[in-house]
Amino acid sequence: MNSTWNYILRRILYLIPVLLGVCFLIFVLFNVVAGDPTGILLGKHASASQMAELREQLGLNKPMFMQYLDVVKSAFTFDFGRSWATKQQISSMLAQGAIPSLSVTLPGFFLATVVSVLLSTVVAYFRGKGIDLFIRILTIGMMSISSLVYIMVFQWLFAFKLGWFEISGYEYSFPEVMPYITLPIIIWIVLSLGPDVRFYRTLILDEMYQDYVRTARAKGVSEKMILLKHVLRNAMIPILTYTVVQLPFLLLGSILLESFFSIPGLGNMVINALNSSDFPVLKAITVLSAVAYIIFTLVQDVLYTVVDPRVKLK
Amino acid sequence: MNISEATNLEGAAGNAMDETLEVKGKSLWLDAWERLKKDRKAIICLAIVIFYALIALLSAMGIIASDWGKEVGPSYAPPSADFWMGTDIFGRSVLTKIIHGTQVAMSVGLISSLIAIPIGVFLGAIAGYFGGWVDELVVWFYTTFSSIPQIMLLMSIAFIMGKGITTVYIALGLTSWIGLARLIRGEVMKHKDRDYVQAAGSLGAGHGRKLFKHILPNVSHIVIIFTSLQFQVAIKSEVILSYLGLGVSGQPSWGKMIDDAKLELARDVWWQLAGATAAMFFVVLAFNILGDSLRDALDPKLKGKD
Repeated sequence: MNSTWNYILRRILYLIPVLLGVCFLIFVLFNVVAGDPTGILLGKHASASQMAELREQLGLNKPMFMQYLDVVKSAFTFDFGRSWATKQQISSMLAQGAIPSLSVTLPGFFLATVVSVLLSTVVAYFRGKGIDLFIRILTIGMMSISSLVYIMVFQWLFAFKLGWFEISGYEYSFPEVMPYITLPIIIWIVLSLGPDVRFYRTLILDEMYQDYVRTARAKGVSEKMILLKHVLRNAMIPILTYTVVQLPFLLLGSILLESFFSIPGLGNMVINALNSSDFPVLKAITVLSAVAYIIFTLVQDVLYTVVDPRVKLK
Repeated sequence: MNISEATNLEGAAGNAMDETLEVKGKSLWLDAWERLKKDRKAIICLAIVIFYALIALLSAMGIIASDWGKEVGPSYAPPSADFWMGTDIFGRSVLTKIIHGTQVAMSVGLISSLIAIPIGVFLGAIAGYFGGWVDELVVWFYTTFSSIPQIMLLMSIAFIMGKGITTVYIALGLTSWIGLARLIRGEVMKHKDRDYVQAAGSLGAGHGRKLFKHILPNVSHIVIIFTSLQFQVAIKSEVILSYLGLGVSGQPSWGKMIDDAKLELARDVWWQLAGATAAMFFVVLAFNILGDSLRDALDPKLKGKD
């Protein structure tokens, strides 16, 4: 147990260099390479003195090292300053955007995971047979179509032509929101199915060739029982840890889905920020998603070692 | 590849010992090719990829589809005998645009691979070979890169560089070397203490020679598998970048054609979307299946471990 704590502590300490690295990368991209944004912000007819004044206001005249420290500070305090476009406090914009994003991605993610695990269990049970082949071809075919096409065609067919759902928009109260988010959730599930089923199938099949399965078979346990009681339980470990790392991406929402269905989430914020050269918002969302990713990868690693004693600590 | 070329030359001299070497040297790649040949779907996919590559090449040389900008008919003419895939808003042939789009798609796959491969192989190789602080540094470096969601990094790079095909190449290249570096690092680690590397060392080979002349040819199959999968990732990402307004400009691409459809579908103009999607579907599917088959043929151990 001592070594586990040691490992967890070392893993937590490792967050610091990675976070500093992420901040440096973002700093290089937006503060060094991107160049002077004042020209874009003020338009073509800005005078030199106006531009100089704005640079001073935005803190772009600070020494490079101080600008880097600002990025680092924002990663720890979540204080990202104000948006250049809307002049709002970015942290409150993020808090507001998180709810619409999660209202689509959380149910989508949960349902997609359940359906994918069920499907891949069936496929693994019938491995090598017709249904296995069919689903494998189907998933690989589904993955060969651009996600943009799914979104466009589903929106056009189910919302525009058939009128089953709202074409776009959002409501902040519960039952009223359903016509707006049901179709995006369905699309999210359809998009996840291909990669998820393929991935879970290999995970389950990996377990099927373990020694304990052979032992169970030798004992005379039926194939169905082996799959449900032994294989699936063991496969749940990698499946659960895999889902944990996906959680931070749910916060970001699907940029494409939110943009097509005008859902006022973080993904839509990204698009707006891109269109208005709103550097602080882009930086804030990049920092936020990276911090979330780093923390959830840590949780995944720790979970893995705690749940599965076979995992060797290094 | 180096081994077989070298032994081919020496084998021509007729030395009996070199002849046995020749058989061994060939068998690495020949074996894999033979395994791949037995896989019928892999060969079909390879044929599809070669077909697309030829179209891209002919288009790049200006032999076909160089007149994609020409107005050939009325605006939004549906598919007919005259216009096999219909026309777009400016009366340009959708088929010609798809052919030009093939050139864009294949070049995006190729050049982003050519950017990602040297970075991924170099960093992965030195990390795996030298270990210690070099390894720590490289692992830190790619952990940093992979901590930013790929879509955000891709968008940020593309946004900062401004739109255009060069941006698409560089943004995709710079965001896709991480997985390759990870795989190469792991393989090099396994290989560096093997007998053949020690033998090379005792014959006086330095680090550079051991790593580049002896180990890398033995892990190069990973690069081939990576390239096959990178092509389809790149082709799909081009569509997303186009939608975000960060893609190719001044010429048609599959991404831009699909993006155009968001306004066309409401007017029942489906052919541009259908054409570009179909063109993309077959080549992405082929690269997907080929990537899997190559993995099975070249390295059965890697099966299913992405």
